Amino acid sequence: MADENTPVAVAPAPTPAAANAPAKPTVKVKIEAPAFREYPTIPALRADAMIDPDPYAATAAHNEAMGFPGTLVDGWEQKAVAKMGELLGKYRSLKVYMDACVHCGACTDKCHYFIGTGNPKNMPVARQDLMRSVYRRYYTLPGKLFPKLVGARDMTKDVLDDWFRYYNQCSECRRCSVFCPYGIDTAEVTMAAKEIMHSIGVGHKYVNEIIGKVHKIGNNLGLPGPALENTLEGLEEDVLEDTGAAVKYPLDVKGAEVLLVTPSADFFAEPHVDSLIGYGKVFHAAGISWTLSSKASEAGNFGMFIGNYEQMQKIAMRVREAALELGVKRIVVGECGHAWRVAYAFWNTLTGIGAGANDPFAIQLQKQLDPNYKQPSHICEVTWDLIQAGRLKFNKEANDHRIVTFHDSCNVARGSRMGDYAGGQFEIPRNIIKAVANHYVEMSPDTTHERTFCCGGGGGLLTDELLDLRVKGALPRMEALNRIVQHDGVNFMATICAICKAQFTKVLPYYGFKMSMVGGVHQLVSTAIVLDNEQ
Amino acid sequence: MSSIEVNGKSYETDEEGYLVNLAEWNEEVGNYLAQTESVELTDSHWEVINFLRDYYNEFQIAPAVRVLTKAIGKKLGPEKGTSQYLYDLFPYGPAKQACKIAGLPKPTGCV
Repeated sequence: MADENTPVAVAPAPTPAAANAPAKPTVKVKIEAPAFREYPTIPALRADAMIDPDPYAATAAHNEAMGFPGTLVDGWEQKAVAKMGELLGKYRSLKVYMDACVHCGACTDKCHYFIGTGNPKNMPVARQDLMRSVYRRYYTLPGKLFPKLVGARDMTKDVLDDWFRYYNQCSECRRCSVFCPYGIDTAEVTMAAKEIMHSIGVGHKYVNEIIGKVHKIGNNLGLPGPALENTLEGLEEDVLEDTGAAVKYPLDVKGAEVLLVTPSADFFAEPHVDSLIGYGKVFHAAGISWTLSSKASEAGNFGMFIGNYEQMQKIAMRVREAALELGVKRIVVGECGHAWRVAYAFWNTLTGIGAGANDPFAIQLQKQLDPNYKQPSHICEVTWDLIQAGRLKFNKEANDHRIVTFHDSCNVARGSRMGDYAGGQFEIPRNIIKAVANHYVEMSPDTTHERTFCCGGGGGLLTDELLDLRVKGALPRMEALNRIVQHDGVNFMATICAICKAQFTKVLPYYGFKMSMVGGVHQLVSTAIVLDNEQ
Repeated sequence: MSSIEVNGKSYETDEEGYLVNLAEWNEEVGNYLAQTESVELTDSHWEVINFLRDYYNEFQIAPAVRVLTKAIGKKLGPEKGTSQYLYDLFPYGPAKQACKIAGLPKPTGCV
């Protein structure tokens, strides 16, 4: 708490520095970063601050390709209420969350979107109440008899519009649930709301277009096999030129030991690709044969963001199919926050990659996978195990131009684990950074570990029309970063999530920082690792 | 769906102004789209735009940022083969803004 109250030495101008000023995007609102606060306090309320712009609605083609109605169906009010009833029966947690809230207010100021926007509807309790009020009306006796007395509302178009707007202003990061005395998980409420909306033909373009590309092409970007191959060949040339080592970035190699599944942004974007280069160097240095897959060329699983089990399973199934086809012994997941949550928490029941599934394919996969390793493993677990075993060598001085901090990604921090002990997901990435770099500084403990703030772009909100929300939602993270930039000269924020990397690259300049300040943990590994230069 | 009008001809775009029918693109449309992005097109911009279009025609996707910087570096000299150079040309990001002007679809995903 102490350094939460430490005044900021010099608050940078909240408007972008001229040199890095992003061009005005084509949205209606003028996007401005909020000013840093000397003492972070609960913001003054700004009712309806975030009613514009709304997320773009998915087209009928996007919705129908996923098996949802294309547009708002006839009788949607009854159908939405019925779907809610179905989910209440299916997910006992949802019923508990609807009933248990006592409106104590502990969550109100814990949401980065509320902190950044001041819009009271971005208080987690208010976000939940968008659904809870409808739940009360149709599924509780007092709400059926005396709706006005208990704040129960009919399912109307206004309510639906509020759902679409404000459930698409929740990044499902679950920070609020850390502070809820009942453990109510707002993310699960948001996911249920999205599931209900999809069932009546209301989807978000960004997410549904991407899921369509995963099914059609194999990854979120829509990167076809030949482009992937071309990109990977280019990386091999670059690394050979830079290091003299013939590091391979193999694609679809049968019989490789490891299948690496990583976000497609790692193939495409900066700084993501630097971590991909790092994974390859780790495998090369340790002498582990590995491969990427053109079929499972995406770790991300946006099915989770829309709370739809069938989509989540269908997307996850590609990884199982690729693992079987390639005959790999290990499955490793690259730097992607929500992918690791899906892999760690859900693959087991979705596809049987973990223990427990008993269909013939799952049994075959169980026999195939090496029981000496955690299945799946996070790339950070792989690297840390190799470091501990003394199989990797580093020239830490190569990172001496960097003063590094680590941003815990929400889905890794609060939705998963690494290693075999509680808190491994916090320690292992930090251990790696400290093994490859000499200068490391923590951000305020109120903003790290399980209390970490979302980058502001998670949950399917990493889209240009929501940039104003994304910039404002990044405020608490930017404040914490600014304190150590001013105090300790930090110039690099490492993270292990493609969304975090893309989001920060975009919003850092609005707060007066360079976009190149953000990068991956394996980018640092890549800089420092010593390779055997013989080919 | 929205549309833009260039030289008396109407072109369909999505909500964000990306061309819907990529085959309809021509240099006038590129110039018009650049204006909507407040980007003044120079020869340097066209080098990038032309590379993007060639790459897209071959691979049905925009090139990765690294592929783009490397190609530009080879052609125009290593000092220009940096993402900073591309951001100077296309401040909202070489991937999205340059693609839009070049009449390519918007890259989606965590980028």
